[in-house]
Amino acid sequence: MNPMLKLGLAATLIVLPQMGLAQDTEAVPGFDEIGPYIMTTLLFCIAGFLVFFMAAGFAMLEGGLVRSKNVTMQMTKNIGLYSFAAIMYWLIGFNLMYPGDGWTIAGWVGPFFSQTVLDPVGVAAADADLGYASIGSDFFFQLVFVAATASIVSGALAERIKLWPFLIFVILLTGVMYPISGSWQWGGGWLAEAGFSDFAGSTVVHSVGGWAALAGAIVLGPRIGKYGKDGKVTPIPGSNLALATLGTFILWLGWFGFNGGSQLAMGTVGDVSDVSRIFANTNMAAAAGAVTALILTQLMYKKPDLTMVLNGALAGLVSITAEPLAPTLFGALWIGAVGGVIVVLTVPMLDRFKIDDVVGAIPVHLFAGIWGTIAVVFYGSANIVTQLMGIAAYGVFTFVGSLIVWFIIKAAMGLRVDEETEINGLDMSEMGMEAYPEFSKS
Amino acid sequence: MKLIIATIKPFKLEEVREALTDIGVRGMMVTEIKGFGSQSGHTEIYRGAEYAVNFVPKIKLEIAVSAAMADQVVDAITKAARTGKIGDGKIFVLDIQQAMRVRTGETNDDAL
Repeated sequence: MNPMLKLGLAATLIVLPQMGLAQDTEAVPGFDEIGPYIMTTLLFCIAGFLVFFMAAGFAMLEGGLVRSKNVTMQMTKNIGLYSFAAIMYWLIGFNLMYPGDGWTIAGWVGPFFSQTVLDPVGVAAADADLGYASIGSDFFFQLVFVAATASIVSGALAERIKLWPFLIFVILLTGVMYPISGSWQWGGGWLAEAGFSDFAGSTVVHSVGGWAALAGAIVLGPRIGKYGKDGKVTPIPGSNLALATLGTFILWLGWFGFNGGSQLAMGTVGDVSDVSRIFANTNMAAAAGAVTALILTQLMYKKPDLTMVLNGALAGLVSITAEPLAPTLFGALWIGAVGGVIVVLTVPMLDRFKIDDVVGAIPVHLFAGIWGTIAVVFYGSANIVTQLMGIAAYGVFTFVGSLIVWFIIKAAMGLRVDEETEINGLDMSEMGMEAYPEFSKS
Repeated sequence: MKLIIATIKPFKLEEVREALTDIGVRGMMVTEIKGFGSQSGHTEIYRGAEYAVNFVPKIKLEIAVSAAMADQVVDAITKAARTGKIGDGKIFVLDIQQAMRVRTGETNDDAL
């Protein structure tokens, strides 16, 4: 009897004492049979919790970078978008993104009317998907990713978009658009067959959120007072940089689940070692992005800009997300550092186009996401042409699709609050409550 | 009775307070304010865009003293708050028509 089998027997006897020695006569599956399933399911659960917590990270980052008069609204959008995403992903998204054999248009569009069904209660080993993980853990792990995509949009459009038009967009993004484009790669669709490589979603998750945010920011227009008639940019500082920093650290933590869980297996020595390798690379890329932004802003502006350092860490994380496994630690360092450079250079560039992105979501998630997807060619086995094709496919589909949806919502119910509401703050006008009632307004 | 209104650099508050208590001032009102004078504003950079800081943080002191003491107070504030650099602040002296201590009902100089 091998040691694991003994362990399994002992556990069975502890859990089910009433069944007594009858168990001895039945064959108990060994670790080789059920171990990978249990370990991978556990990986999905733990990584899923971490990625779930990224919702808190986005909320704090955005809460800190908006003015205090808009914080209640921003928090409402964050918990609203997460919760709608969770429901939509059950109703349509999960099976649309992972169609298996159920494609509506092979390789392009999955089934639309197929809800997620979990494993039965107390599923027997014989009935479980022993080569992978439980459905519940897989569904949960994939669902927290789509919520991250929607969070990216909320930050860019903060301080001027109405609540319900935003949430309607989130419903369409998380229920339909993200799952369709996601299926092309992670659902085994045409891009996966073409050899496109995006390990944890620099393109599939982050640039999709970035494209949707860019389309929204263009249709919505900048905040009142951000751009003067002479083209001068007027910065609108956030209300709480301690919260923004906390949010960034929470996102950083969550990213270990985001990238590590995307190994999608933990049942062998190789897999579990790879997961740890991913943690180390992910951390290195974030640190390099932050340090790069710190040094660059010090050199360019004479004083370091904390908000840019926070964005730099996130850009490092997005950059390594397309290939967090293959690079060496030095590889993760320079890939993340380039992400930091991209953020510091593209935040002012967006301002020149009068595209008002409150938290820097577009530079961090879209531009660094594109970079990360290209960077796969340096350490992975990807082909640059295929990578660019994938980037373009996601860009065209999400940007054009989002533009259409934003224009329809705008025509149907309007997107922006009126001028007086925007100046007074969305909290009192739209929500009827302030986030910090005892403090003075900014 | 005189009301002395002084604006000073925030980091000079403790020195000014010590100088005033040393000469027997027994009360003052302190407010954090923002404003501009000949120091005017300066520029800062936030997320790559330059912006003007038009109002500079200052501390405003309001001190009510007997007329005889006013010059001494002005002198003490001037000495303690001066750095010699632009933005050291200003001092104004106004007449007070009436004063009343709420607890006892004492008036004018007795109320100070």
